[in-house]
Amino acid sequence: MNKHYETVIGLEVHVELATKTKIFCSCSTAFGGAPNTHTCPVCTGMPGALPVLNKQVVEYALAVGLATNCKINKYSRFDRKNYFYPDNPQNYQISQLYLPICYDGGVEIEAAAGKKIVGIHEIHMEEDAGKLFHDEEGTLIDYNRSGVPLIEIVSEPDMRNADEVIAYLEKLRLIIQYLGASDCKLQEGSMRADVNLSVRRAGAKELGTRTEMKNLNSFKAIMRAIESEEKRQIELIEDGKEVVQETRRWDDGRECSYPMRSKEDAQDYRYFPEPDLAPVIISDEWIERIKGAQPELRDEKRVRYRAEYDIPDYDIDIITSSKKMADIFEETIKLGARPKEVSNWLMVETMRLLKEHECEPENIKFSPQNLAKLIALVEKGSINRTVAKEVFEVMFCENIDPETYVHEHGLGMVSDEGALKEIIEQVIAANPQSVADYCNGKKQALGYLVGQTMRAMKGKADPQLVNKILAERLNV
Amino acid sequence: MADIITDEMIDYVSILAKLELTPAEKEQAKNDMAKMLDYVDMLNELDTSGTEPMYHVFPVSNVFREDVVVNGDDSEGMLKNAPERKDNFYKVPRTVD
Repeated sequence: MNKHYETVIGLEVHVELATKTKIFCSCSTAFGGAPNTHTCPVCTGMPGALPVLNKQVVEYALAVGLATNCKINKYSRFDRKNYFYPDNPQNYQISQLYLPICYDGGVEIEAAAGKKIVGIHEIHMEEDAGKLFHDEEGTLIDYNRSGVPLIEIVSEPDMRNADEVIAYLEKLRLIIQYLGASDCKLQEGSMRADVNLSVRRAGAKELGTRTEMKNLNSFKAIMRAIESEEKRQIELIEDGKEVVQETRRWDDGRECSYPMRSKEDAQDYRYFPEPDLAPVIISDEWIERIKGAQPELRDEKRVRYRAEYDIPDYDIDIITSSKKMADIFEETIKLGARPKEVSNWLMVETMRLLKEHECEPENIKFSPQNLAKLIALVEKGSINRTVAKEVFEVMFCENIDPETYVHEHGLGMVSDEGALKEIIEQVIAANPQSVADYCNGKKQALGYLVGQTMRAMKGKADPQLVNKILAERLNV
Repeated sequence: MADIITDEMIDYVSILAKLELTPAEKEQAKNDMAKMLDYVDMLNELDTSGTEPMYHVFPVSNVFREDVVVNGDDSEGMLKNAPERKDNFYKVPRTVD
């Protein structure tokens, strides 16, 4: 990054809310339905259809606004944003321009450069558009997503680099996931970010001309797009050219962007108040009720974990970085497992398998009940850690009951010392050299003999017990 | 007529409205729009400084629905409104090059 320039970034973040129905009609919002099976006259823009606001949308928007320190517009309205495109069958999107539900908030982020507040200009409610597919013959449209409720969170231009942008997005994602207002999956599009970026000479007060970047589907794409756009704008200025205010589309494969709209598609949305929807009046009691129902958020959880559980801060950060993980952690402890033990299973095996399966923590399948059972099996000495890891892998994929699984597959440990001693005698007889080495003072030879015994037992013995019996036997 | 619609304005409005106008239609539209604006100018003569803007014709607020799925799959019925269909999709001319 050129030291003579400063980058200024603001974000528009769209979040699909976790309601069961659409924002203005009683169609399902379920993901993955056959095309157009979740549609009705309202969400396909039929003349005369009357939209009616989903109360849960207002409640989620309020919850997110309050959790991000926003003020609430006690009197809020919807407006029509007019544009022609087949993803939008009404030829207008119902959104909020003049009186958005939340405004003037902010969240604290922790980036490499330290802590700072990123301001939130406003949060408004709006409807999503349908999905287009292009084939040789034409454009095909699925309106299942048309009318799915969104909130758009508009930040102030308070970020200066990609690192801060990612920290801000992570912060929003966690707040919203903890509230249960959305699952916030970038890849699946339930959280989408448009990046507004401009550059200016270091120390300048005036903002430069900004561009808006769309089609950013991962944190990596966002970082690459920011770096590329910074460079592009600085080069234009250095060459004595001007930055054009425009919307650009990021092509992550080619790692470059290109302008999206031409002059023929003037961005003039001619907003006006939506006459089909009544205004929303939010009482103090309503706000208090939403505040009262707010769950423990991540920052509070981190403080409490530090006080209640004897686990490292690093573990706390990882576990609380996903609502799902934090829920599993707490519930497994409630079922009697030791916090340190639960944390280990989450930090080591779970993280490893998530990475291996390219899976998000939110998609974890195993239940706290089964994790608690597995931990109990190890603590009781019914299975050893090696076997436990194997069982965990199956549990991770299929959420099996570890007790039943261990029983059915005969994985329980052989605690019969007689049987174990018999095997040990065989191992001693088969490995005279190692036995001689050990007796001559090469203590590490014992490890080899333990390994051979474990192998003969197919892993179903307690290695510590094997170690103890072997040492006693050879030290006679 | 106080208001005059320029050629640039009518071209811009036709882009927004996705209309291709013949020169004759353009002249007609310029005339009609100028008249409409004149009519609005008449409303502007009224003193509305003490009047609350009205956003809704009825004095109602907080008209909500509960978040319960009521609508089932009526894609067959809905797709009857499609200009053209392919499988279970609405089909329109290609929107991208």
